[in-house]
Amino acid sequence: MQTLEMPSITSQEPLKLADAPEWFQTLQNLAWETYQNTPAPTRKKETWRFGDLKQLNLDNFIPASEIDAGDIELELNGLEEASAQFIFANDATVHAESDLPEGVICLPLEDALQEHSTLIHQHLLKQEVKLGSEKYAALHAANLSNGLFVYVPKGVEIEKPIEAYHIVAGDNATIFPHTLIITEDNAKVSVVDYFISAKTGQQTNTSEVCYADDADETHLVLAMNDLVAANGSQLNYVTVQNLNLTSKVIQIGSTTVDRDARAKSFVLNVGASWARNESYSTLAGNGAHSDMLSLNIPTGEQQYDQRTFQHHAAPHTYSDLLYKNALYGKAKTTFSGLIAVDEGAHYTDAYQTCRNLLMEDTTEANSMPGLQINADQVKCSHGSTASAISDEEIFYLQARGIQPKAARQLIARGFCVQVIERLENEQLQNLVLNYLDEKFSSIS
Amino acid sequence: MSIIIKDLHAKIGDAEILKGVNLEIPKGEVHAIMGVNGSGKSTLSKVIAGHEDYEVTSGSIEMDGQDILEMDVDERSREGVFLAFQYPMEIPGVSNANFIRAALNARLPEGEELDAVAYYKNLYSKMDGLEMDRKFTARAVNEGFSGGEKKRNEILQMAMLEPKYCILDETDSGLDIDALKIVSRGVNSLRTEDRGFLIITHYQRLLNYIKPDVVHVMYDGQIIKSGGPELALELEEQGYDHLIPATA
Repeated sequence: MQTLEMPSITSQEPLKLADAPEWFQTLQNLAWETYQNTPAPTRKKETWRFGDLKQLNLDNFIPASEIDAGDIELELNGLEEASAQFIFANDATVHAESDLPEGVICLPLEDALQEHSTLIHQHLLKQEVKLGSEKYAALHAANLSNGLFVYVPKGVEIEKPIEAYHIVAGDNATIFPHTLIITEDNAKVSVVDYFISAKTGQQTNTSEVCYADDADETHLVLAMNDLVAANGSQLNYVTVQNLNLTSKVIQIGSTTVDRDARAKSFVLNVGASWARNESYSTLAGNGAHSDMLSLNIPTGEQQYDQRTFQHHAAPHTYSDLLYKNALYGKAKTTFSGLIAVDEGAHYTDAYQTCRNLLMEDTTEANSMPGLQINADQVKCSHGSTASAISDEEIFYLQARGIQPKAARQLIARGFCVQVIERLENEQLQNLVLNYLDEKFSSIS
Repeated sequence: MSIIIKDLHAKIGDAEILKGVNLEIPKGEVHAIMGVNGSGKSTLSKVIAGHEDYEVTSGSIEMDGQDILEMDVDERSREGVFLAFQYPMEIPGVSNANFIRAALNARLPEGEELDAVAYYKNLYSKMDGLEMDRKFTARAVNEGFSGGEKKRNEILQMAMLEPKYCILDETDSGLDIDALKIVSRGVNSLRTEDRGFLIITHYQRLLNYIKPDVVHVMYDGQIIKSGGPELALELEEQGYDHLIPATA
């Protein structure tokens, strides 16, 4: 068989999903048009201020090709106990296992599109992307073929979290995972998505797998999530981004929180050379509550660029954002957040905090907080800090016998733990702590 | 066995703070240093602990025959020096239990870890002695602690680390009488033949509860007078002025 040069994701119209519903085919055709007609962001765009535009040259990336699950070298570090586990490799479902209450739908998106087309049509990609990556959201939609679909019916509470691994393998391979979670009235669920790089290998005649090259392959993840929390429901969503250090990721998330519902999103970035996260939360009903959390530990040359929006569209709503970055080496972070309180969204509480711990003076942290208030009786605050560990702090720990290096790690870990505690769920906390400690152990 | 300080001179920036301190603290004894603000009391405690802001320009500090000026701060601590801070630092996100455990683990050979069950048993019993609620194990180190709670927490760390020489830098400042009694009881319970104490204070009040063997008066970077416990009472009644050498 002849091997063909793979076409770039930026120039070749994506293959269509077989047997997809008509509305979905239309959506994908339109998305491809939108992608082609939308200009790439420029330096003038506020949403890319301090951003690294050259990261958006994606011409080298190709759609991930189908791989044999046996050909990937991987170790999964996940939850101790999950109520459902999915593994997607290059957007193909390779493992699906669940033990969920009746009425809950939890499926790979490719299957859910067949079986629950109407439900998905109602919620998929309904929120406009506004934080800068409109073009890449369109590229995602045009290529979307799989991901996770979770629907929790009225009043059903799922205690153990659901987890989904999104694995990407192959040089310059791109995946387009999508996560759609719907909690109906008073339902409750926690979901964890992992973005992980794997190495591809070739099966030889023995059981050993040979790897052509020890150097990391470059991967791209263009991920999106739609989180929809109906009245009184609780929706927790955790992203663990641990791609290899030559890969990139753009993750675009939107959360809609209805009356008295509570949504909590948490993004952990430890991997990738460049990560861009856009997170938009709409507080759509009275008494809605949204926690937006993120913990980022960039080292070496890693760059994380995060944009957030807390949109208060109803009165008596509450949002609380806490993003923390512990930066090492020549790492760079950018945070830009906006709180917008609509006319009529009185009695709103909105908080936004970005804290940067500069572990070395070669790091760079940019923070751009913002407020837009068009209502009365509103409590809002925003603040950002960037600081190093003080000599007095180190002296205190050293005076207890702790070596300076260990003292710095202990303080940095404590700084990170403060965000993790906000998850208020021991399983999720332990999961994130494991990744945190793994990252710290790689820092010398 | 003692800490022996000889003709110690130290400066911060260009300012000389210690101008020839001579002091011996043998194991089994409690020494108090009193003096007015700015006399160099706290500086002496920080120089013994090894604070890098202070430069020792001459003189020596030996602990049981070892030159500790050559040691880093953490090494001095592991060798047995403990400084209870006047203003203990807060360490957000690090629980008290983990902090003390990290300090104890730092004293073990590479690769060895404390036994968790024995550790907590020990920690709880020491906390009970200081009337500290169990919730302080999970709380972040000193974060949101009252002044008295912070000082008790210092004594707790001292009790857990079992140092050879304890230096208490104005541990009594900001304590009400009940907290002072609890802290003093904690200190007294650690008084043994194998441990020396240097207690730095402004006020004689503390010395009603922790009875010193020797009282020193510090002025302008030097020990100008030493005596028995009665010296503290004399200072309380007469102040420091009569001890201060007249300038020419």
